[in-house]
Amino acid sequence: MFDKLLSVQNISVDYTSNSFLFPWEKNLTFRAVDNVSFDVLEGETLGMVGETGSGKSTIAKAIINILKISSGEIFFQNNQISNLNEKKIKKFRKEIQMIFQDPLASLNPRMNVGEIISEPLKTHNSKLSKNDINLQVKEIMENVGLLSNQINRYPHEFSGGQCQRIGIARSVILKPKLIICDEPVSSLDVSIQAQVINLLKELQKKYNLTYLFITHDLNIAKHMSDNIMVLQFGKMVEINKSNEVFNNPKEDYTKQLISSIPRIK
Amino acid sequence: MIILNKKFNEIEKNISKIQEVKGRSLWHDARVRFFKNKAAVVSLTTLFLVLLFSFLGPIFAKWSNEEIDWSVLGDISTLGYPSIETGHYFGTDELGRDLFSRVIQGTKISLMVGIVGALIAVVVGTIYGATAGYFGGRIDSIMMRIVDILMSIPYMFVLILLLVIFGRSILMLFIGIGLVSWLDMARIVRGQTLSIKKKEYVEAAITIGVSHFTIIRRHIIPNLLGVVAVYATLLVPGMILTESFISFLGLGVQEPNTSWGALISEGAGTMRYGTLWQLLFPLFFFVISLFSFFFIGDGLRDALDPKDR
Amino acid sequence: MLSVKNLFVKFKTPEGVVRAVNNISFNLLKNQSLAIVGESGSGKTQLAFSILGLLDKNAESQGQINYQDKNLLNLDERSLNKIRTKKISIIFQDPMTSLNPYMKIKKQINEILIYHNSFTNEQATKESLRILDAVKIHDSRKTIDSYPHELSGGMRQRVMIAMSIICKPEIIIADEPTTSLDVTIQSQIMDLFNDIKKEFNSSIILITHNMGIIKNVCDNIMVMYGGKTMELGKTNEVFSNPLHPYTKGLLETVPSIDQEYKKLKTIKGNPINMISPPSGCIFRTRCPDPSHECLEGTSTNALIKIKADHWVDQCCVNCH
Repeated sequence: MFDKLLSVQNISVDYTSNSFLFPWEKNLTFRAVDNVSFDVLEGETLGMVGETGSGKSTIAKAIINILKISSGEIFFQNNQISNLNEKKIKKFRKEIQMIFQDPLASLNPRMNVGEIISEPLKTHNSKLSKNDINLQVKEIMENVGLLSNQINRYPHEFSGGQCQRIGIARSVILKPKLIICDEPVSSLDVSIQAQVINLLKELQKKYNLTYLFITHDLNIAKHMSDNIMVLQFGKMVEINKSNEVFNNPKEDYTKQLISSIPRIK
Repeated sequence: MIILNKKFNEIEKNISKIQEVKGRSLWHDARVRFFKNKAAVVSLTTLFLVLLFSFLGPIFAKWSNEEIDWSVLGDISTLGYPSIETGHYFGTDELGRDLFSRVIQGTKISLMVGIVGALIAVVVGTIYGATAGYFGGRIDSIMMRIVDILMSIPYMFVLILLLVIFGRSILMLFIGIGLVSWLDMARIVRGQTLSIKKKEYVEAAITIGVSHFTIIRRHIIPNLLGVVAVYATLLVPGMILTESFISFLGLGVQEPNTSWGALISEGAGTMRYGTLWQLLFPLFFFVISLFSFFFIGDGLRDALDPKDR
Repeated sequence: MLSVKNLFVKFKTPEGVVRAVNNISFNLLKNQSLAIVGESGSGKTQLAFSILGLLDKNAESQGQINYQDKNLLNLDERSLNKIRTKKISIIFQDPMTSLNPYMKIKKQINEILIYHNSFTNEQATKESLRILDAVKIHDSRKTIDSYPHELSGGMRQRVMIAMSIICKPEIIIADEPTTSLDVTIQSQIMDLFNDIKKEFNSSIILITHNMGIIKNVCDNIMVMYGGKTMELGKTNEVFSNPLHPYTKGLLETVPSIDQEYKKLKTIKGNPINMISPPSGCIFRTRCPDPSHECLEGTSTNALIKIKADHWVDQCCVNCH
């Protein structure tokens, strides 16, 4: 229960521009992530907080192997997963999933809800029958608060909050161990944000999920996370238990962030 | 007990099937928008009628396309006139052959060249372009440089060369047109793929673990089809024009096969003898078909890319 | 100074008629600031656009927007152009798309002064530099010679704000000015608005869905839902004593960092479809405690006065 599910060690991610046809041109390098290390224990939620350019999305993409890291290593359940080729990483993809920021953009507009949610099933369990897939999809839809009779509808027929629920259903259907939530509620209306946050917490309990929760919204970060990591310009500023970060911020940047939070009362 | 459970499961499945709400896909919306466009619908109907003409026409023809009507030879400008009594609905050409049947045959051949050429372009070009665009990097560079090189070869010159060396035949025409038609499509598809590749749902598919070619098939190509369809409907007239030009030069289809270009060429040649019908009938079909394709292309573009999306 | 009476805005779309704004009325006095709060579909942006005649061609508006004894809805383009930016200016939501990417900042700001005040190029540039300093841009000379993509989000928004205040307008409309910005920049921009209020004596209409940022900037608040006003009053009064369940919901739904929550309070249901909104009270599908009459769809929405500075929708009063 308290094992390190994910261990990120000293990773750096550089964006370089080099040209294949004109190799004598100078390479420009931009260091998006600089020597970041952290661990995530099973069952807990680590909040990644930072502003634009902090590198939080880059770290997320590096963990799911969409981006290559330039140095360091990433371990998942003690297996190295950084910079693997597609074949080797396929079996880990079942266990690490992602929820994206823009709910409508993360769904293929030409596929209906049933096809979208069942895609992970079809990819990893190709032997399942159509009926089995259908039943599993409908079950997950009910669990995320969608009516299962909407299964043939297309993404543009749903509201933003419902689209995000579809995205969540898709990422949860394989019961992965780790879900990276990349600003899952930032594009939603305020009244829907709370619904989705509650849903995420519910699912965490139900399926024993571990979350890496990326957000720029500190209020939500505090509510969702057990531990919080603050990033600025690709570097880790502070990492501590949630309450500690907010009540006893150690670094100036953290203090600045907390004091900028608009307060209603 | 097991049987009862099975029955209940069946019933449950059936009930849930009944209640499922029908989805409204984007293709459906586009179809609705397309049919609201009057010009496009008229063009579609026109094309359909032309196709019908080429298939059903032979039923009404009194003469075949090869038969020479000896009775009109010698004075075609008065005897070869279009009339219903003689059975030459469109008149005769200068060799006394029935123009009605010749136009039917020309329509068949020209449309076939256009559509088959566009089909080759679509299939080859889409797969090539999507692969290049999706994989990017070196693969993309190499693949697109090949396209660039092939594009810079003067196409008409090569086509004429092929036809002269290997003889004039429909097969050669297809090969020649097919060799070149996919290049533009590949470029366009690659460009579209580059922008689709960056979309979040492609990232989501990679995260799920979908294999590369399945991503291209399931996520990229369906979202390209809009652009491809529009471009394909504009390719068809292009093909027909090319073939017509080649035939006009005398290098296209061999006798007794004929095409619009060949017929127009002959008709233009005999204009000064007053046998205008030899030019006007094939020209008429040629023009309305091309116009129809253009309007359909426009209609498709508007239907698939509305401003309010 | 600005008086909106019974404003209706409708859009004809292929899918049906969208009633974006339904019978909105409010007054804006000199030096007052009003926050218009609502989520997507509430009609707040269309309301702002209708003031300056920026609605799309398929829009139909009805009612009165009275400014300087004229109904703005009846003015033609030429007269509206004299008011735009000079008397009433607007700051749009996304600074990247509201600045022309092919023009340097200098040209874009000078354009305003040359058109409205008939300045020469040199005079305009001088004034532009001054105004960029006023919005606290560090290196105004460098900024003025840059293209929009060379500036950060916060700086672009400051440039937009500078462009909106350069003619010292009487009313500034800010449409979600901080939504796309980081939280530290957000607080700086809100401080800037406060300074502008004091220095230029302008009235500000601030449109947002973020309740938190309006507290220190806006005197009054209007909560909109489905194109109708749910609650209207002084900010302090409404915040400390929210009467409408939607207002209460908005205030409670964002978790505060000073509290622990097991489960966040939500407003149930989903945003309504503006083509076929619920009959009767527009909020009834999401109200936590609707009355029987309200559920039937027979009640109507209208603002009634509760206190001197506090109006609320009558359906809410009847239900609770």
